[in-house]
Formats: sequence, structure tokens, C-alpha cells
Amino acid sequence: MKHTPIYGLMAEFDSASELVAAARQTHAAGYSKIDAYSPFPVEELAEAIGFHRNGVPLVTLIGGLLGGLSGYLLQWWIATVSYPVNVGGKPYHSWPSFIVVTFEMTILFAGIFAVFGMLALNGLPMPYHPVFNVARFAFATKDRFFLIIFSSDPRYSSVETRRFLESLGPRSISEVPS
Amino acid sequence: MEEQKQPVALESSAPVIGPGHSFATVTDKISAIVLTRPTSTGWFVGFGVAFLLTMMMLFAIGYLFVRGTGIWGITIPIGWGFAIVNFVWWIGIGHAGTLISAILLLLRQSWRNSINRFAEAMTLFAVSAAGIFPLIHVGRPWLAYWLFPYPNTMNYWPQFRSPLVWDVFAVSTYFTISLLFWFVGLVPDLATLRDRSQSRPAQIIYGMLALGWRGSARHWHRYETAYLLLAGLATPLVLSVHTVVSFDFAVGIVPGWHTTIFPPYFVAGAIYSGFAMVLMLAIPIRKLYGLEDFITERHLQNSAKVMLATGLIVAYGYAIEAFMGWYSGNRYDAFTLWNRLHGPYAIPYWALLICNIFVPQVLWIRKLRTSPPALFLISGVILVGMWLERFIIVVVSLHRDFLTSSWGMYYPTRWDWMTYIGTIGMFLAAMFLFVRILPMISIFEMRTLLPEAEVKPE
Amino acid sequence: MTIEEQNGKQRREDVCPGKKNQLDLDTARARIAETKGPEFWRSLEELAGSSEFQEMMHREFPKGASEWLDAVSRRGFLKLMGASLAMAGMTACTKQPLEPIVPYVRQPEETVPGRPLFYATAFTLGGYATPMLVESHLYRPTKIEGNDKHPASLGGTDVFAQASILEMYDPDRSQTITYLGDVRTWGDFLKSIRGPLNAQKAVQGSGIRILTRTVSSPAQADQLQSVLKLYPQAKWHVYEPINRDNVYAGAQMAFGEPVETQYKLENADVIVSLDADFLSAGFAGNVRYIRDFAKRRDPDSGNMNRLYVAESTPSSTGAKADHRLPVRAVDIEAFARDLRRIWESKSDFVALAGPGSGAAWAHKHEYLEMVSAVAEDLKAHSGSSVIIVGDHQPPVVHALAHAMNQALGNVGKTVIYTPPVDANPVNQTESLKNLVADMRAGKVDMLFILGGNPAYDAPADFGLADALKNTNIPVRVHLGLYQDETAELCQWHLNEAHYLEAWGDARAYDGTVSIVQPLIAPLYGGKSIYEMVALLAGQPETSGHEIVQGYWKKQHPGADFDAFWRKSLHDGWIENTAFQPKQVSLKPVQIPDYAASDAKSIEINFRRDPSVYDGRFSNNGWLQELPKPMSKMAWDNPVLVGPAMAERMGLRSEDLIELELNGKKLTAPVWIQAGHPDNSVTVFLGYGRRRAGRAGTGAGFDMYPLRYNATPWFTTGVAVTKAGGTYKLATTQGYQTMDTPEGARPLVRTASLDEYHKEPDFAREDEPPAELTLYKPYPYKEEPYAWGMTIDLNSCVGCNNCIVACQSENNIPVVGKEQCVIGRHMHWLRVDAYYQGDRDNPKAYFQPVPCMQCENAPCEVVCPVGATVHSTEGLNDMVYNRCVGTRYCSNNCPYKVRRFNFLLFQDWETPQYKMMRNPDVTVRSRGVMEKCTYCVQRINHRRIDAEREDRKIQDTELQTACQQSCPANAIVFGNINDPESRVSKLKAKARNYSLLGDLNTRPRTTYLAEIRNPNPELET
Repeated sequence: MKHTPIYGLMAEFDSASELVAAARQTHAAGYSKIDAYSPFPVEELAEAIGFHRNGVPLVTLIGGLLGGLSGYLLQWWIATVSYPVNVGGKPYHSWPSFIVVTFEMTILFAGIFAVFGMLALNGLPMPYHPVFNVARFAFATKDRFFLIIFSSDPRYSSVETRRFLESLGPRSISEVPS
Repeated sequence: MEEQKQPVALESSAPVIGPGHSFATVTDKISAIVLTRPTSTGWFVGFGVAFLLTMMMLFAIGYLFVRGTGIWGITIPIGWGFAIVNFVWWIGIGHAGTLISAILLLLRQSWRNSINRFAEAMTLFAVSAAGIFPLIHVGRPWLAYWLFPYPNTMNYWPQFRSPLVWDVFAVSTYFTISLLFWFVGLVPDLATLRDRSQSRPAQIIYGMLALGWRGSARHWHRYETAYLLLAGLATPLVLSVHTVVSFDFAVGIVPGWHTTIFPPYFVAGAIYSGFAMVLMLAIPIRKLYGLEDFITERHLQNSAKVMLATGLIVAYGYAIEAFMGWYSGNRYDAFTLWNRLHGPYAIPYWALLICNIFVPQVLWIRKLRTSPPALFLISGVILVGMWLERFIIVVVSLHRDFLTSSWGMYYPTRWDWMTYIGTIGMFLAAMFLFVRILPMISIFEMRTLLPEAEVKPE
Repeated sequence: MTIEEQNGKQRREDVCPGKKNQLDLDTARARIAETKGPEFWRSLEELAGSSEFQEMMHREFPKGASEWLDAVSRRGFLKLMGASLAMAGMTACTKQPLEPIVPYVRQPEETVPGRPLFYATAFTLGGYATPMLVESHLYRPTKIEGNDKHPASLGGTDVFAQASILEMYDPDRSQTITYLGDVRTWGDFLKSIRGPLNAQKAVQGSGIRILTRTVSSPAQADQLQSVLKLYPQAKWHVYEPINRDNVYAGAQMAFGEPVETQYKLENADVIVSLDADFLSAGFAGNVRYIRDFAKRRDPDSGNMNRLYVAESTPSSTGAKADHRLPVRAVDIEAFARDLRRIWESKSDFVALAGPGSGAAWAHKHEYLEMVSAVAEDLKAHSGSSVIIVGDHQPPVVHALAHAMNQALGNVGKTVIYTPPVDANPVNQTESLKNLVADMRAGKVDMLFILGGNPAYDAPADFGLADALKNTNIPVRVHLGLYQDETAELCQWHLNEAHYLEAWGDARAYDGTVSIVQPLIAPLYGGKSIYEMVALLAGQPETSGHEIVQGYWKKQHPGADFDAFWRKSLHDGWIENTAFQPKQVSLKPVQIPDYAASDAKSIEINFRRDPSVYDGRFSNNGWLQELPKPMSKMAWDNPVLVGPAMAERMGLRSEDLIELELNGKKLTAPVWIQAGHPDNSVTVFLGYGRRRAGRAGTGAGFDMYPLRYNATPWFTTGVAVTKAGGTYKLATTQGYQTMDTPEGARPLVRTASLDEYHKEPDFAREDEPPAELTLYKPYPYKEEPYAWGMTIDLNSCVGCNNCIVACQSENNIPVVGKEQCVIGRHMHWLRVDAYYQGDRDNPKAYFQPVPCMQCENAPCEVVCPVGATVHSTEGLNDMVYNRCVGTRYCSNNCPYKVRRFNFLLFQDWETPQYKMMRNPDVTVRSRGVMEKCTYCVQRINHRRIDAEREDRKIQDTELQTACQQSCPANAIVFGNINDPESRVSKLKAKARNYSLLGDLNTRPRTTYLAEIRNPNPELET
């Protein structure tokens, strides 16, 4: 086959349990630049590959605060500063009436931040990715489970790593061209 | 929402997914509907009819823009007619989706996984249908955007004490969040379709929509967090939306509107009609597309129980309304009650009581809860009842308020009906398209329901 | 034609977009050749208008009349017609009249654009003048107000006068002279009648007949007399369907001469009305009578009057009565006789029950009680009581009344007699009868019908229309405002100049002469009756101005004539022309024996319509849409039937019934009218016009076919049968009761005088205290002005004047019957009429409802775009161009005073209407909410004046339109921050209350509770 720079080595497994086990061992073996792919969320997998930091909640919080504040301030400014006018004998700053919009704005911003924050942190959208070069990877969205060790890993060596992966008893191992 | 927790929790016997399924079968069965199965003539007929109705609606709206709201039956004192009735009705229906996706998710009701997808879609389409009415019912629709705050040369802003402005924010927020929720849920399945589809265009389109999802553990982790957060946000939201809608009336001083019971019983009513609509869609779909394994008896039962519970809350609302009418000693409220029972619109009111309170009580019978045809029928009755409820609240309260001299009657015109039926057509057309081009059941969430999804500790 | 003329024509058409190159030059040249300078352009306009005009004339119904059933297409049709009627230069090219007319307030040269001028003139109905001031914006009359200096008006007007401004701008008015439907010019007409007239000279004009309406104008009477001098054999006939024949006949019977009876209600403690609806428009002197009556209704004055009404048709007068007795018109005579007999022959009930008494009549006990109580009360107030008889009652009843007033010593105090206002007080029915006889006998060669529409409204058995058609009179000339049923039957039709376009004079009910000033040059170059008669008198070229001024020069010779003339024009009347009281002595009255009426046989009443009078106003949209005082009915004239009778016959409102009288049948819908006497039906005249115009044609049902010469007002023996089927009627009021299954609502609050004295603040409902709020209330007290209004329900007589005044002032559109049926009428101010108690004889109340201008306005809070907000002075402002039309405000308005433009109700095309509108008030478009503004444009006018002079607005200088026109002074508007203002003083009264005050809306408009002054003897 044509020689191309290697992006990583990918092992295919049959079940979530195997993948989690494999991931744990790989991580224990000191590999850090690894990733795992599953057709559905597998709780244990993230920490198995040593992933802990998760920015999404913070982003959401910021969004919520931003929305709520801007919502209330907008109303306050309009009603008392920009265009104060007597409406039905109510005071300009009738805060009880401003609660609803404030609430809705909080939710709206929080929601938008949560979703787009998540996508951003995940680096999505990303139509192309080297792993797609592996034909069998199409099953990652159906019923197969994949573990990859990136060539960028300091302990990576095409021979050692392959041997290590074989020791995990995968269904198959394939090189991922970049 | 404790009410529907209990019935759901009680039920653990019936399975949420049929036996003998694996990742592969689940994936294939659901994606096949979109990818491989030939489109049935039934689908074309159904879509065709729905499409024609949509066209009729557009025609009615076009004529409305040319001539003005005078073509409807509204008048003084009945300034709001079908438009607002339909708006509230659709918004109510639009509650089930997000409720199922969000609240049941938080409550860890795994049975939701098979119905949340099209329930959410149903929500989006219902809210879109609802959204049409506030825009077109105003006297000068081309200026409806004045309800949004935007910097303008008039240096003038919306009047934030008005519940209508609250509506604008509540409904648009609700639509946006529901859309995000739905789309986020779709991404992994879109990836599945991307990888399953044979035709190039399909691959490209689904590929684009899938945003390059590849199921990485890191992604799944953040994804789950975001999804959960979204559910957490959507839960108060879904409760707030109909509360705000009820403010349109509760803030007014019209007898029959000016009451504090409205928010809770509007929300209950919304879920009530929402689940009714879910069943009316789910029952035929599971039959036609042979999805009995995924949308099982249990789903039907649970939905029926939710309806039963919310129906009782609604009944309680009616009771309190009547009680207050009598107990308050307010001559206007008292008359409103009398007028509902004996006035010119007594028939719709009694019909409403029958549809919303008496008929649904048969759901106590297990046999009926588990019989799809019966459920389908009862859901239809409930939908009619909920529409009548909104008609009573909007029209019957308005037509006889304080000054007897300005009492009036409301007679809908053909344009009112065309617009209303037209929106139903639009809603169905959208549903038809949805089931045809998107996975109507969340594939990846179904996978998690399979026993093999369990990670065995070594 | 000359070069200048051609240039002129070019210029004209460039300036004034309209019908261009419509006429081929030759005909134009031919026509123009005969006309002279100043009329040149007018004749061009006539020519230009002609094409559509003939089309209109040649079809029986106007184009598209068939579509009228569908509201939508009907509106479209209206606009179309409006546009098609637009004439070259109609829009911008009106001229100030050539003759000098004198402005009321300031000199014309001081004219400031945007500052209206006011001219005094007078509106004439049935010969009686209603003096008034006309607001003119740059020579366009826009609004009619009462002339507060004039003794017969004191500032009030009536609905007909108010609405006549619309009549002048009516695009359906006749706009050309026609001969057999072809357009002609004044010149043609002169040529064609010169010959016949000369021929008549030979025979002393024995073939000339002139038919006019009632003439009270001294100048015109003088003219006609001179015509009769010129042609001694010629005859002058007078006819109006609503005439006063019986009144004069009654006077004749009592005094041997026809005299005018005037009442001084300000002196009357006890008023007894025998079927006299003296508080509503159409009754001679009603404007002044309402004012005097209302003045004496003040319960705090200590001399509140008492009103007894025995009437055959529920009327606003009956509604104001302290005691009302529904009596069939035929039985009124019995009532009068019994009254007299009680205190003449000291007779008691027993005697009463005897022959010649009305006691045979159904509600025996009620009747006897009433009649004796009234008799006692009258006696107790000799000299300060008055008995008023309805015009339609037979002479004998009038004679009885005269005798009683005499006996009570009321003459000179509450009743005075004067020479008749009618310059030619002949029996008009007789007069017309003779005319028809002459026509049939072939004695008539030239018939001049000057005004009036006899072909439509003459007694049925005269067959006048037929006579016009078939007795082929060589020259039949009709002068009128419209191409109506009569014009159709005359060879010549001359388009008449509206009274606002022409010079004239007329007498008010007290004889005072007003000079009628034109406010604008005739829009369609019409001729006035004066000019027409002048033609017969042989001066074809004299202008109306010359005629009227000339006449008064004769009356007032001398050097100071100019001053006299100026003053008369300026004030609106001529000094010392009021009639002096006339000493009349009662002849030994030969009262014919009483023929007891058959209580079983059903009576039919013919009444003038409260809105369209005798039909002459039937193309007036404002009046057509004006809810009739008692039934709140618009656009129709159903047959009124009492509840008892309806029940017997199983009739429901809107059922169709068949009336049969003397073999003539007629089908019409029924309206069940509470308080209508049993065994009696009332029909209103003036509807069912065939050739009225876009508004009037086809509206309602023509009742004239049942009206016979012998029984013009009422007769028994009509057969009423159910015809099957129903007919949709348009009422503008939802329900006419305040009672609901959950208790009566305190909308109109009333008490008897005694109760009021016992508990003055009975009307005060417990409103939540002002400080009971979380919010800091808006500091209105710190503002210089805080506008407020009080409406005195005690004074209000429900005459509807305020509605029309408001409509005229605020450019309120007419929506048409179909929209009224749905409930979309646009009146900013409405007058609710409520009935209470016994359906056969209920108490009735009026309540005018404008915007309450609530301080805590529920409508404002719910408006999403802030299109209705509060002004610092407490006005609830409507920002039309911000409104998007959610209608939420209307839903949340507990008073339902907001009106919505569901469709494009305003007519944006018709040029005439553009000229008519008040330039100070926005013309609203489709999709916009509107409502009463307290006439904010007037407030700002006064504000500008005041600020210019660096002072505050005076309490007296500012009046809203409704207030100004109110003959009863029931509406008072002003600054409530000024404790000295009238409105503040009224609001301080104990009987002041706010409608639905318990909602804490804090309305700025409040009501003064209604106090009745019942006779203790009759109180049960």
C-alpha cells in the first residue's frame, strides 16, 4: 500500500465493555494521546482514557448570567431612561412586570451557550477527520467500538504500539493515514 | 410534575423495547425507514392532502393581508377569536415534546427514548403553527415586528408591561431551545445516516448536518453534559411558556380571565393536549412503520396515565374557577359562570366538560389504556376538548363582560375555519416530511436501552 | 372659444387632476357659448361629470347595488362610485363666494391657515330654523355648532342640523341640470321656459302651479307673493309629509285663527305631554325646549319640574317622564277629555268610567290613577304648568289643550301664542289635494316643484306619482338636491344649491329671523329656490345675495343698513324679529262628541323617523348609522310592536309581518319595543327610497303606501299577520337591560327626589381608596391641567346630538349596515338606553358613554407597543401610527369604548369627503384602534391661544364637540385641578359617581346620578 504519514493506530472492538477495558489498560500503559469511539455514550469511557476537564457547565453559567442581566437592564433602561412614559398609572420601573422577560432571556442565552459551547469545545463542525479514512470506522456509528493511539503520542512506535494493541485482543487493527 | 412520575414509576413490567434486538437491528430498522424502504403511496396521498390544506391556509392569509382582519368573525367586544384560540391550542400541544425530552430525561424515565424524537419534532411544528397566529391576527401584520425591541428611528420600544411582549419572548425562546434540543439529539443519528446511506447526495447532506460527528469519548462526555444542562433549562422553560400564555388572560380584567388559577391549569392543560397529540401521531406511525417493538404498550400506557393525571388537574382548575365565581360574591364573575352554564355558548361549554373531564376517566380501565384504537379515539376527544376550553376562555369571557350595553356575539367566518384547518394541514405536512427524511426514533438512545450496552465490570 | 379660455382650460386641468378630455370640444363650445364668465368653469364641471351621471340616472338602482348584501364588495363599490363621481378640480378648487359674508369671530383677511373661522347661519327643517355657527377651514365648512348667542339655540343643535354638513358634501347629490335625463345648462333651461312663461302671461298664469315645502323665509314668501302678483291666476301650493296641519287646525278651532304655540318650559313646574315628543329633533323649538327642560331638572335647585307623558310610541320624552302612560294615539283624546272633566265637573272615577271616557281602555286602574293624579297636580300648579300636545294629534286634542292651558292660567306664563312661523299656514294636505285635482283636470301647464319629493312622500291615495306620469303636463320642473323619485317624473331637473351654498333667511320657532349665509360656492353650481323663484318673478339673473339683501333693505331702509346687515350676519339673527306674544281669546269651543275608539282593533302610527325624518336625509350616512334613541336601531325602520301584543301573536324581533290597511298590503320586519302600547304598532316614515343614493337607496321599508290623506298619523283597523321569514336588523346596543341572572348592575344609578334628599350620596359605590396601591400614584395634582368630564344623566334626554357632533368633529367613518350587524360601528361616543321594570311600561334611562380616560387605564398596560399611553394631563392618548392592532386594549377596556378599523372603513378616495374632514384630526386607516380623545385637538388649539397670551386656559373657552352641541348642557368638561371650574364643582356633588368604579380604574369621566321626581300619589 502507498506510504503515507501515519495519524495513529486504531483497534476495533465488539462491545462497550471490551473497549472500556482496553482503554483503561492503554491509559495505564502510559499512553496519553488516545481516544475512543462508540456508537452511543459510554459513561466510563471518558475517565478511562483520562478525560476529566469539561468546560460546558461554566460556559452555560456565563450565558445564563449574561442573558438575565441584559434582559433586565434592557427593560429598565427603556422604561426609565430611554423613553419613560406613564402607562396606566404604573411607575416607570415596574419591576414585577420585567421578571418574565428576564427569565426567558436567561434560559435563551444559557441554552444557546450550552449548545454552541459544547460544539466549540468539541471542535465541531469538522466534516473531515483522518479517522474517517478507515473504511470500517463507518461502523463506529452503528455497532462497533474503536480505540486509537495517535502517532503524536511520545511513547508511540509503529511496532511497539501495534504489538500492545494486539495484546488487547481486538477484532482488527488498522493504521489510520492522516 | 409529581403526578406523572408515579404512574410511570409504577409501571416496570412491560418492556420498553421488544426482545431480540441488537445494536445492528435497531440501527437498521430505524434508519431503513429513511434510507432504504420505498416511499409508500399512502405517504404521498397523506402528504398531498396536508400540502393542499397548507396552500388553503396561505390563501386565507393572503386574503387577510389584502382586506384586513375584518374578514374574520371578530368584532367589538370579541376582539380575539379563532386566531388566539388556535394559538393557545397549538402552543399547548407543543408542550409534550420538550416535556418528554427534558423532564422525563431528568427523571431518568428511559422509556421516553423511543418517543422523544418525534415528540420534539411535533413540538417544533406545533409551535410554528402557533407562531403564525399572533403575527397575522394583528390589524397591521406588516408591523408585527414592532413587538421586538430593536433600535429604531422612532426611538421607541415595546411596552414591557404587556403580556403580549412576554409572549413574544417566551414563545421565541421556547422555539429556539426546542430546536437546539432536537438538533443536538439528532447529531449522532445524522452521523449514523451519513455512514449508512448509499447515495452520494444523501451522504453529503447528512454529513453536513452531522457536523462531522465521530462519537469520540471526549465529545460524548461534553455532549451528555450539554444535553443534560439543556434538559435542565428546558424544564422550567416548558413550565413557563404556558404560564406566560395564561398571563395574556390572567393579567386582563375581563371576568373569566382575571384569575390566579390560570398558570398551573394552563400548563397541565398543555401537557394534557400535548400527550394526546403524541398518541394520535404515535399510534398510526408505529402501526404503519412496524415499530411496535420500540413504541410498546408501555409507552402508550404511560402516556395515557400522564393524560389521566393532567386531565384531573385541569378538572380541578375548572372546579376552582366555578367555586371562585360563586364564592367571590363578585357579580361579574358570578355572571360569567352562569353565562358559561346557561348562556348562548352553553353547548360548547358542556361539550368541553364532557371531552376533557368525563370521557378521559375511562383511562382508569387498563384494557382501554392498552388498546391503541381506544387511546387514539380518546386522544382525539381530548384535543377537541382542549380547543373548546380555549374557545370558552377567549370568546365566551369576552362576549359578555361588564356593560350589558356592549354585549355581543361571535360567529366565525369561512376564513377563520380555513386558517385553522390550514394550520393543521401545515403541521401534518411537516410531520410527513419529518418521518420520511429523519430518524423518527433516537437510534443512539435506543442502543443504550439494549442489555449489551451495559459495561460489565471486569 | 377664445384663446384665454383655452389656456384657462389647460391650466385648470393641470392644476386639478380629474376627468380630462372627457368632452368633445364642439359640444363644450356650444354649451359654454351660452354661459357667462363666472359660471364658465362650473359648467365645464357639469359637463365633465355628466357621463357617469346619466348612467346613474338611467338605471333604476345604482351600479352594483345587487352586491350590497356582501359587506366586502359593497365597500369596494362605494369607493368605486366615490372615485367615479370625482369631478375635474373638485378637490382643491373651491372658491370663496363672491359676495361678502361676515365671519363670526374675526375678519377674513385675518385668515390663518389652520385657524378655523366661524360663520353664523341657519338650518331649516319644516320651516323652522335652527340657528348655528359653521366652522370653516380655509373656506371649507367642516363642522356645525350651535349659536350660543341665539335665543332659539343657546348653543345646542339637533342631529339633522349637525349632519347636514355631510349632506352638502354628499357625492350623490344632483350635480347637473338635466332634461329628460340629458345634461343641460341653466341657459338651455332659461331658453326653454321663456316661451311657456310668456304664454302664461296671457292667461294670467292660470296654468302655473308652484309646489314648495313649508316656507318661513320672509324674503322667499315675499318673492312668491310677487310672482302671484305677476300671474294672478297662478297657485302656490305647500306640502310636507311631516306638517303641522293639526296644530293650526286646533288653534283655529280654539281661537278662530291659526296661531303658533310656544312653551316657556323654564317656568313650568308640571309638564303634561299628550303624545308630544318635544325633547327630540323635529319638534319645533326642541333645542330650546331641551335646554329649558334640563335647567329645571336639577334636583339641587329645589324647583325640579315634574313630567307626565301619555304617549303612543316610546320616545326620549317618555323616557325622561316621571310618570309615563302608554296610550294608543286614538285614546289620547279620551285622556285629554277625562283630564278636563275631572276638575271641571269634579267628576270621580265612577263618572269617568261613563261614556266618552278613555276608561274603556285596557289598563283601566293604571289609567284612572294617572289621569286623576295628573289633574290634581295640574290644579295645584295653576299658572306654572303646561300641557303640550303632539303635532299629529287631531285638532280637537289641541283645542282641549288650549282650553285647559287657558283655564289653568298658564297662558302668558308657560304658554304664549304668536303668529304662525309658517308664512303660508294653509292645510298642506288640502293644498296638495287641490294640486293633484288640478293636474288631473288638465288645468296645469307648468308645474314647479321647488324642493320636496312628493312623488315619494305624498299621501298614497293622491296617486301623485301617477298624476305626474300620466297627466302629461307640458312643463314639469323639479328643483332638488337629489335626482330623486320626483325628479324622475319631471322633464326638467335643476340641481339645487345646498343651504350651506346659498343665501337665504328663515324664522326660528320664536319667529326670530336668521340670515342664511353660504359657506362655500355651490360645489356643482346649483341654483337656490330664491334664484328659481326670482326667475318666475321675471328676474332670472338676480343672485340669491341680491334677493335676500334686497328684501331686508326694504324692511330696514336707511343709512345704517350696512351696519345692520353686518351685525345681523355676524350675530346670526336680525334684532327684534321675534314674534310678540299675541292676545287670543278662547272661542266657545264646540268640542265634537267623543267617539270611543275600538279597543280591540289594532292601531297603526306613522311617525317621522328620528334619523332620516321624512326621508329627505335617507342618503346621509351619519344619520342612517345613528342609533335611534329608544331601539338603538340603525339603517332600518322595523315595525314597533308592544311586548304583550308580540307575545299574543308569537312574534319575535326580526320576524317579518304583513300589514294590511284598506286592502293595501306591506311586508316589514318587527321590533319588539318595551313600553309600546298594546294593540298598536308604530311605523317610521322615510325609508325604502328607490332613488336616494348609495346610502339611502333600498335601506328599510317604505311605509308611505299605507299612509292615506284622511289618516296621515294614525288609524285603527290595520290587520297584522305573520308573514314568515326573518330580516336581519342592525342594533348597536347589545342588551337594553341592566339586570342579569346574577343581580342588577349599577350602571345607571337613580333615586327619587325624596330618597335623594334622605341619602344624597346614594350613588357613591365603595371605590377602593386611592392610597390602596403598592405603586406611587402619578402626581397629576402637580400638573397645571387635569382634564375631566361629568355627564349629568338627569339632564341627558338621549337626543343623540353628541354622537353626530363627535362623528363630524373627529372624522369618524360610516361602516354600513352589514358591519353594524356584526357590531363594528365606530361611534366614539355612544348613548346607551336601558329599560327597567315592567316590560309594558318600563322606566328608561340614557347613558352617554365616551372614553372614561381612566387614570389607571387597563387598556394601556396591555398594549405591547405602547400605542396607547397616558399624557401628563391625564388623557388616555391613542398613538395611531404606532398601533399595530392587537385589539388587546379593547378586550381589556371594561367600558368597551374603543373602536377598531377591522377593514378600511374610511373613504380615502371621494374628493368631497376629503374637503369635509376636520384637518386637525387624523384620518385613521385599516387595522388601527381608535377612541374618544376628549377632543385633544381643541384642547391644544386653546392651549396655543393661552400660551400666546401667557395665561391659563379659561374654564369657559374650551368645550369638547359633544359638550358644545349638547342642548341639555348635560356634558361638562374642564380642568379638575382648578377647584373653581364647573366640572370640579359638579364632581363635588353628592350624586357624582364613576361607572364601574369598583374596578379601581379611576375614570376621569364621571356621571351625575339620575333623580326622578315622581308624584307621591302615584308612587307604589
